[in-house]
Amino acid sequence: MRKGAFIVADNIYSPAGSTTRENFETIIGGGSGVRTHEDISISKTPFVASLIGEGRNGKHFPDSVKGFSRFENLLTLSVQDALRSGNVDPKEEKTLLIISSTKGNISMLESGGDQIAKADAISLVASAKKIAAHFQFQHQPLVISNACISGLLAIITAKRLIESDSYETVVVAGADEITSFIFSGFQSFQALSDTVCRPFDAARKGINLGEGAATIILSGNDKYEGNIRISGGSVRNDANHISGPSRTGEELFLAINSALDEAGLKSSEIEFISAHGTATIYNDEMEAKAISLANLQDVPVNSLKGYFGHTLGAAGIIETIITKQSMLEGLIVPTPGFEESGVSMPLNISNKLRTASITHSLKTASGFGGCNAAITLSR
Amino acid sequence: MRNGELYFKAGSEDPSSILAEIYEHLLPAYPKFYKMDQLSKLGWLATEILLGPEFRYKNYPADKVGIVLSNANASLDTDIRYYDTVKDIASPALFVYTLPNIVAGEISIRHRLKGENAFFIFDHFNAGFIQQYVSGLLNNDNLQACICGWVETLGKQLDAALFLVEKTPNAGAVGFTPAIMNQIYQ
Repeated sequence: MRKGAFIVADNIYSPAGSTTRENFETIIGGGSGVRTHEDISISKTPFVASLIGEGRNGKHFPDSVKGFSRFENLLTLSVQDALRSGNVDPKEEKTLLIISSTKGNISMLESGGDQIAKADAISLVASAKKIAAHFQFQHQPLVISNACISGLLAIITAKRLIESDSYETVVVAGADEITSFIFSGFQSFQALSDTVCRPFDAARKGINLGEGAATIILSGNDKYEGNIRISGGSVRNDANHISGPSRTGEELFLAINSALDEAGLKSSEIEFISAHGTATIYNDEMEAKAISLANLQDVPVNSLKGYFGHTLGAAGIIETIITKQSMLEGLIVPTPGFEESGVSMPLNISNKLRTASITHSLKTASGFGGCNAAITLSR
Repeated sequence: MRNGELYFKAGSEDPSSILAEIYEHLLPAYPKFYKMDQLSKLGWLATEILLGPEFRYKNYPADKVGIVLSNANASLDTDIRYYDTVKDIASPALFVYTLPNIVAGEISIRHRLKGENAFFIFDHFNAGFIQQYVSGLLNNDNLQACICGWVETLGKQLDAALFLVEKTPNAGAVGFTPAIMNQIYQ
């Protein structure tokens, strides 16, 4: 069996840029997509989030596809750029598309009327099929919807399908829109910060939501030997609470451990961690405990939520791509908003840009339903 | 139906009454059941019936039992109910169920299962994919056992078919193949 899957190409489409390079340059330059918005279609009062300007209220994207929803157009723009930059042909026989999203076309509920009659249009399978047909993928796309670990789980699934030789190339694309449905829900949980979020900081008071689409193309073809690869990946469940994370961090630690095992790595070989870091009290505390349990407390760690917000189904993919870019460029992106640690376990975290030579890194995510995911990236 | 035999026949026709009747029949003394949405109730009850009382004596390590589920409409049934509350006061108790994988979380809590989770969306029960994915997890020793299958509810419809797959074959177990899974599902 093959081990791991090479990263062939990628794209991030967010308010911080429409390519991976643009996004990376924006954030290392201290820019961010997060700002105050006034949009009564999302919230009656002003709010802080990272929103894509295009495509709302009938104003179309540069290359809108006729008959596609805004969500589907976001995914399409991202997939298109990744395919082009990687020179990957979606029509190849052993190529699969995986779509990751938490809520897809849920904005269609907002128009009211007979909601059940809209089920087919709202269904994630319908969106995935439209996008697969647009690019002429030869197989039915796979759809993953597993809360905030969807993006990482999609990458892990892609890696498994490549390792088992079911496919040679897998295009993993994720996106979510921020709509009144999602915004009102997080607001009802009192999980939203009214300022730019501050992951792991003592003064953190919640998350910012973000819109984005991202695509990562993975391959088992040896011609990509030398590219950074996904070397391990694992998922574990807290079995504790459906909306609150584990109090001990034990299960995220189990996911980290299992991902390291799969990659054949010891914790001492990890040189960088891209955390989930949502800036809620409980998530960040749980993650700090898990990182400590894994004996990774001295390893540089960051959270990107202050740049992109929490992009839900895209988050794991966006953050994996930025991790890959950090490894290529030897730069550890700062955690904006972090000043003084507000978690009970020590972490090596900084609000300054740092340089580092990184051979192996770890990316984690956790979500509602008690799910935790971890992947390792290796040179 | 459990293992090919009729397990219980509900008298009601309305989905929430059917689920309540099955719960009353099982009487598991699990008050959290009443807080769950319809999808979680369905998956949770199906797992109770699937595992029966025998499962817990098998003493699998918690992180070696996984849950791999699928359906067509994700959590739309609850999404619609939740969005109805947004006009007045958005309900956090409903919002948490607006993700399909919450049912896996509820099953995990009940049976202390900490292994691999995944929720896939298909327009029909895709036995071939589920069999391939779960077999992979068992073959590489990521899991020793897995609950997998289909859990769907929307409006008046309730449709669940769950399978317990174990790496070490059990007396009386049937083979884990797409053909057998489809036969059981139908």
